[in-house]
Amino acid sequence: METKKPNPLGTIAVVLVLIGLWQTVHLLGGAAIGSPVATVHGLWQMMGTASFWEDAAETGRALAYSLVIAVAGGIALGLGLGANRLAAKVAEPMMMNLYSLPKVTLYPLVLLVFGLGIASKVAFGVMHGLIPILIFTMNGVRQIKPVYFRAAHAMHLSRNQIALRVVLPAVLPEVLSGVRLGFSLSLLGVLIGEMFASQKGLGHQLANAMNLGNIDALMAVALFLMLFALAGNALLMTLSRRYRATGA
Amino acid sequence: MIRTEHYIRLGIVVGLVLLIEGLCRTGTIPASVMIAPSAMAAHAIEILREGRFTHDIVASFTSIAVAAACAVGFGFAAGLAIHAMPGVRRALEPLIASYYAVPTFAFYPVFIVLFGVGSLPIIAIATLLAIVSMITATMTGLDRIPHAFSKTARVMRLGRWQTVWHVKLPAALPHLFSGVRLAVSHAFIGVIASEFILSGSGIGYAISYAYNNFENADMYALMLLVLVSVTLINSALNHVDARFQARRRR
Repeated sequence: METKKPNPLGTIAVVLVLIGLWQTVHLLGGAAIGSPVATVHGLWQMMGTASFWEDAAETGRALAYSLVIAVAGGIALGLGLGANRLAAKVAEPMMMNLYSLPKVTLYPLVLLVFGLGIASKVAFGVMHGLIPILIFTMNGVRQIKPVYFRAAHAMHLSRNQIALRVVLPAVLPEVLSGVRLGFSLSLLGVLIGEMFASQKGLGHQLANAMNLGNIDALMAVALFLMLFALAGNALLMTLSRRYRATGA
Repeated sequence: MIRTEHYIRLGIVVGLVLLIEGLCRTGTIPASVMIAPSAMAAHAIEILREGRFTHDIVASFTSIAVAAACAVGFGFAAGLAIHAMPGVRRALEPLIASYYAVPTFAFYPVFIVLFGVGSLPIIAIATLLAIVSMITATMTGLDRIPHAFSKTARVMRLGRWQTVWHVKLPAALPHLFSGVRLAVSHAFIGVIASEFILSGSGIGYAISYAYNNFENADMYALMLLVLVSVTLINSALNHVDARFQARRRR
């Protein structure tokens, strides 16, 4: 990347401009959307209530389960498929197609199979999150320099040792990028699942507020989700940057 | 080599379909959960012939086309503009990198409030979902134009627009097309998902309506239609993309 020098002042300026736009839309649209100040205030009040945290915990739990499954499954499958050239070549277009599929269409199927509980939300989150992690891991494995393997053979490492000591560290940066994408997509999957059919969770709160026409609650929850997603994303980004800095 | 991959892939897909077919026919998967793929296909053809959902299908595809076109057009323009201003670009880069972390669908209700019920909020959200991949692709495409190209253009005394038209655009085209491909698939996801959550028309709405009324036959037929059309569109775009990539490598 040529222009990697960050420009934090500029970024802050852009964010301020965005908030200004929001305020302008509020002023022009009147009651259609809440002002930034009112939304932050509403969120603050909402965060004081127990029911908000119950819903947040419900969403968080579903997200945590689906992330664990998506990360473990994605890395395992990605390593397995990436290890075999033919398998990787066969699988890649199929995975890309699965990735670009509007997975919502399959949600009724998930509901029919897993029922209306947390299981279907988790399954849906996994469906969203697993594939990007798999694709990134698989491509990471395929891009490992052959020299590494020759060195490993020269050291008489066993298959397991190669996987653990050579392949895994080499693909970790790629895997972390995949996990970053998988995190946001899993969150999206869980939220869509909750919006469509659930009695709990932040997605349900969103759908509820939407049906009641409660704009303030809606904006507050949306703001909370956005901040949460951005925080998680930033955390994973710092992690991968730090790893890249030490690894490279 | 490419042939074998093709056949293996085809074999896997056919095998999976046959497996599901068998499981459904023997009753291992009850009909209340999933109907046999052959029944889905038959019902899908019947639906298409009857024209019961033609209105929804047309509505969805129109929204997808409009959203994809908006995303590609505006994304390309924005990519050009941002690329021309390195300072702005450095300021925007962290925001663009974390853009996809934002659960865009959480804002769908806000768009409904802003644009009213109808296809406008759906198009808006699908465009938002798709535009950033186009912006990124445009900027990468412009970055990757070799310096020698612009020098050669100067040597040949091409004008500013001639340079853009004859040199820069063709050089950036493969990347631009990758952006188009991503934009189309994101527009698809955005439109169908928004229709699913809250809308009165479109394929997504029809599927969720059928689900709520336990009309499994309709639901699976529509799902199959979506899956098949997405797969067809994707493979067509992939094919063109692969051609571009091959040409670039030459």
